[in-house]
Amino acid sequence: MEIVLNDENFKEEVLDSKVPVLVDFWAEWCAPCLMVVPAIEEISRKYAGRLKVGKLNVDENPLTSAKYGIQSIPTFIIFKNGKVLGQTAGAMPREGLEAKIGEILDE
Amino acid sequence: MSEYDVIIIGGGPAGLTAALYTARARLKTLLLEKIAPGGQAALAWTIENYPGFPEGIGGAELMDRFRKQAEKYELEIKSGEVVKVNVSSEDERYKNKLEKVVNTEKEEYKTVALIVATGTRPRKLEVPGEERLIGKGVSYCATCDGPLFKNRKVVVVGGGDAAVKEALFLSKFAEKVTLIHRREELRASKIIEERAVSNPKLEFIWKSIVTEILGETEVKGVKVRNLETGKDLTLETKGVFVHIGTAPNTGFLKGVVEMDEEGFIITDENMETSVKGIYACGDVRKKLLRQVVTACGEGATAGFAAGQYVGKWKDKTKI
Repeated sequence: MEIVLNDENFKEEVLDSKVPVLVDFWAEWCAPCLMVVPAIEEISRKYAGRLKVGKLNVDENPLTSAKYGIQSIPTFIIFKNGKVLGQTAGAMPREGLEAKIGEILDE
Repeated sequence: MSEYDVIIIGGGPAGLTAALYTARARLKTLLLEKIAPGGQAALAWTIENYPGFPEGIGGAELMDRFRKQAEKYELEIKSGEVVKVNVSSEDERYKNKLEKVVNTEKEEYKTVALIVATGTRPRKLEVPGEERLIGKGVSYCATCDGPLFKNRKVVVVGGGDAAVKEALFLSKFAEKVTLIHRREELRASKIIEERAVSNPKLEFIWKSIVTEILGETEVKGVKVRNLETGKDLTLETKGVFVHIGTAPNTGFLKGVVEMDEEGFIITDENMETSVKGIYACGDVRKKLLRQVVTACGEGATAGFAAGQYVGKWKDKTKI
């Protein structure tokens, strides 16, 4: 299950997380964000226990969005030990996202 | 290897309409889509020229309805990007009754007829700074990223229908929208042009091109050259929305079917390409008008023609 992230819980859930975290920056009005929902759910199931998957609504959480300079959505950022390990903007096929996740989990 | 009567590549309006027709004809149909059905049409904020919706309808909602309608019949939808298509007639029994093999990165499928509805992607400016700043202020989709530029100054590059529509959409959020166009007049439909000219937030820079996008980690401005005077000016901006036309998604078909010099697929009036049993429909075709409504008509024709082809193939091969 993806967790709902916000400006308040971002530090605890993402930056302090013991496992890597994939954060999906999205908004309700963004059609490509909605297109990738099934892919994100699938990834969340497939990597359960090894990767945390969270969604952050950019309209409701301007602080975190500004901090990471989100100017295009969906943006996906992978965090590990509080650090940004990978970032990609725009909807992409599940395989592409998994390839990036794979690189980071294998390290 | 999975075998189908018809494989449709692309799940925009053309592909989904073709699927509706082949599925209703009880043809074993697979629709392959790179990310999710909807295509570029799903990114349109509102579609006002698709008949039957006098109030207009959101692109995403319209495409969701297309998908639901196609899925009412037996239709398989899989995600995957097609990387290769082979046309083989090696098997003697099937000589002159070509079969097609479609490869995604992980899977291989065999089909009798193939419908290509892969659409187009936005053309890039190809100026310094563009690649570096994609997602950091450079965007090809105002309806995706526009609201993130609330009360900022943004630039739209282009003067066609898409560019002007996107500029109008951006004017809902941005402080100011500057449209930079290489010509002296817009090439949008009249009603869109009228709205643009009367919009107080829109400004125009005519006969000019963007030569560079400035900024290291985020867009800070653009360099603009006046084509008449040759003079350069620097414009401060946070966002650059590029709408200078589209390029067809046909790289995987190079050398398989006939295309024009830009890579748009050439078909006859029945949507058949230079290869028997391969059809193309929607934006990916060489044609005059790229709209949802034209994509649908072509999708229906391609689906129907593919059905006829499959019928003949089955008669000849008796399998």
